[in-house]
Amino acid sequence: MSSINYSEKIPNNVNLSEDRTLQRALEGWQPNFINWWDDVGPEGSTNYDVYLRTAVSVDPQGWAQFGHVKMRDYRWGIFLNPGDANREIHFGDHKGEKAWQDVPGEHRANLRRIIVTQGDTEPASVEQQRHLGLTAPSMYDLRNLFQVNVEEGRHLWAMVYLLHKHFGRDGREEAEALLERQSGDANNPRILGAFNEKTPDWLSFFMFTYFTDRDGKFQLAALAESAFDPLARTTKFMLTEEAHHMFVGESGVSRVVQRTCQVMNELKTDDPAKVRAAGAIDLETIQRYLNFHYSVTIDLFGADQSSNAATFYSSGLKGRYEEGKRTDDHQLKGQTYKVLEVVNGQLVEKEVPMLNALNEVLRDDYIKDSVAGVGRWNKVIEKANIPFRLQVPHKAFNRAIGALAGIRLSPDGRVVSENEWSARKNEWLPSDEDRAFVASLMGRVVEPGQFANWIAPPVMGINRQPVNYEYVRFG
Amino acid sequence: METAEAVTTLKQHLIDPEICIRCNTCEATCPVGAITHDDRNYVIKADVCNGCLDCISPCPTGSIDNWRTMPVVRAYSIEEQLTWDELPPELTNEQLEAFGVAEEAEGEGTGAAAAAAPSPAGLAEPGAQAFRSAQYGAHVPPWSAAHAYTNLHTPRNPVLATVAGNFNCTEEGFDSETHHIVLDFGAQPLPVLEGQSIGIIPPGEDALGRAHQPRQYSIASPRNGERPGYNNLSLTVKRVTVDHQGQPVRGIASNYVCDLKVGDKVKVVGPFGGSFLMPNHPKSHIVMICTGTGSAPMRAMTEWRRRLRNSGKFESGKLMLFFGARTPQELPYFGPLQKLPKDFIDINLAFSRNPGQPKRYVQDLMRERSADLAALLKDGLSHFYVCGLKSMEEGVVLTLRDVATEAGLDWDAIGSAMKAEGRLHLETY
Repeated sequence: MSSINYSEKIPNNVNLSEDRTLQRALEGWQPNFINWWDDVGPEGSTNYDVYLRTAVSVDPQGWAQFGHVKMRDYRWGIFLNPGDANREIHFGDHKGEKAWQDVPGEHRANLRRIIVTQGDTEPASVEQQRHLGLTAPSMYDLRNLFQVNVEEGRHLWAMVYLLHKHFGRDGREEAEALLERQSGDANNPRILGAFNEKTPDWLSFFMFTYFTDRDGKFQLAALAESAFDPLARTTKFMLTEEAHHMFVGESGVSRVVQRTCQVMNELKTDDPAKVRAAGAIDLETIQRYLNFHYSVTIDLFGADQSSNAATFYSSGLKGRYEEGKRTDDHQLKGQTYKVLEVVNGQLVEKEVPMLNALNEVLRDDYIKDSVAGVGRWNKVIEKANIPFRLQVPHKAFNRAIGALAGIRLSPDGRVVSENEWSARKNEWLPSDEDRAFVASLMGRVVEPGQFANWIAPPVMGINRQPVNYEYVRFG
Repeated sequence: METAEAVTTLKQHLIDPEICIRCNTCEATCPVGAITHDDRNYVIKADVCNGCLDCISPCPTGSIDNWRTMPVVRAYSIEEQLTWDELPPELTNEQLEAFGVAEEAEGEGTGAAAAAAPSPAGLAEPGAQAFRSAQYGAHVPPWSAAHAYTNLHTPRNPVLATVAGNFNCTEEGFDSETHHIVLDFGAQPLPVLEGQSIGIIPPGEDALGRAHQPRQYSIASPRNGERPGYNNLSLTVKRVTVDHQGQPVRGIASNYVCDLKVGDKVKVVGPFGGSFLMPNHPKSHIVMICTGTGSAPMRAMTEWRRRLRNSGKFESGKLMLFFGARTPQELPYFGPLQKLPKDFIDINLAFSRNPGQPKRYVQDLMRERSADLAALLKDGLSHFYVCGLKSMEEGVVLTLRDVATEAGLDWDAIGSAMKAEGRLHLETY
């Protein structure tokens, strides 16, 4: 069953109309969702017709339909990847048993916690990004921002469906709370730290979609292995949408880098001040933004040793990235993994049971994936014949969670004194001046085909449309 | 049409490593496992990809939508692709010629190829970019196309068809022999559209003891069956007796298919193809240009239009056909074609080896009809389909360009609009 029923109030491919109780519960939640969107969704966008991608079915032909729609009328809904009635659990203590269609009582609390934590990030990023539309560097980028926003909204729907369908009253209360917490709210913040940080400018937005949405990719990929089949099928479909967010980030930073290199070559300079004076973002500032977003994001994977992570894995709730493609015993008992700690002022590796280190395993998979993209940004710099190279900081740099929290480390992995840290912090992380400078470049450019001075145009448009296509029609 | 034995070039599907973000969406989507990756690149196996286009719209970047015309034997291997930092440029005509591609266009023994004029070489001005016809071919269907199902049956789970008919549709006694085969699927699902193809797996094993690869054939019947309302379809298959160099060879699949008896069971995979599809808009025009067994999809489209017209669901859409063969006797469906009403389809036949007649190629006829073609090129409702041997493609697209230019039209604008809107389709082999 892959077609989506759009005749219903809540588009879905889960036969919602056959479950009247659930349908009523979700129809009760829907007005609150729309209110939330109106209150803290993209600012001032109500009358825009945006060239958006909407799913009409979850097969390859139907899931990406393009057309101009008002975001408020976006067909948010509940879409699960097609199921396999014979699917078996393929890791942990229940390996070989049939996948669960309902939540087993003993795993209820943990599963709810996993779903709520994932669900909380979705509205959070919409809130973080709500002002960015006012300073878009182009109509093309504005459209991409809005596409990211509506898909985060749909991901919230996906998690709320699971809560309503499988967790009874607790689930309904959690679904309400997802709309009540707010990013950066001192009294009722979002659950995870990175989702309470500001996304004040477009360089931050591109870094966020590159680094932080990639955390989303890895978390969703680990959940797509879950023994709880509805969660696995939901997150699998979300992954297809998530890829667009990382595209926005990777190509966004790449275009900023490209423009900077172009300015450097035109002016024949590598002086950051001259680059800034010419209205582009110097590579050093880009590196500091990268250090910040990278370090904040790898905290999201949690403590390097965690008994919860072991429980989640052994009980089949959450697998590893690409669990199905790995060739070990998928139970990991008696195996070890190396994590970092500081002994006598030095970083040293130590072997710990792998089951307890699964957060670190996922973090390391993430690091490998994100480093590859940084390499592709460097190709742009290399092509411009500029000797500078971007790099990700050491894994222990600027951490706030786990055994490495609070350790003062330079980006290249040297333990430094508190004095040196204070003295050089602004070389390593964006300073207030950096942020003020980047903010000063943020003006609104929305003529079709026009781009702000600090960013290069993309090589191609969306869905084979030209770059100067009217991606957003202002009402 | 028969690709596997006639292929010399292929439209190789490639991923642009400069744009790709390595998100794995294409690999997860591909129904036939043609996409793989290492730490550096995502790449496509040329021998596995069947051009179903399932990966195109899920790709968030557009990097997946890249194609290069390559001699089959020189198709980029995945090992090569894995080393790339950027896509290689299209091969120039000269490079293709160096691989022997253009020479074959002039070779005898290529049957219907003789009806297509050799590509005019050296047309490009010095310093100007060489003309590459493939760059104008669309990878998307027209907006009014029906939804095509693809890959319902793979080599692992082929569907078993029953032969319901097998007729020699060229006149007896000539050295070339083309068969019209009807396959029946009973109650098994294989919904198809005009322009799609299916694969047939010949029985037995190759010299290395492996099962034969499926050979792909265009469907020659309309969507509702060779016989309306029946779950059957027809194919046009030429018996291969010589290779591209004119050396005697016995094509495994084509001889198997041409020798089938009514009641025989055949293993079928597919359907394939999601872009070479006809428009369904009742005012849309279809211009069909083909040689030899390239006529199969044209027969399918024409017949569907004829059935629509008979049921009154047909407005002002025109049909125009340019069909080339060596002789009238060799031209598949020559008899039935002559019986179609003139106000239904505008037929132009070119014969390159008709005794006592000057050689005529499809491009010659297109030039003669340039006034009508120019009017159609100007019209956003016109759709062009080219099917036949590779050697005709360049000449046909060049002729379209010349017709447009001589009529004072901007070919670059028209050509790219036709590509973007799925209105110029090239299926050559």
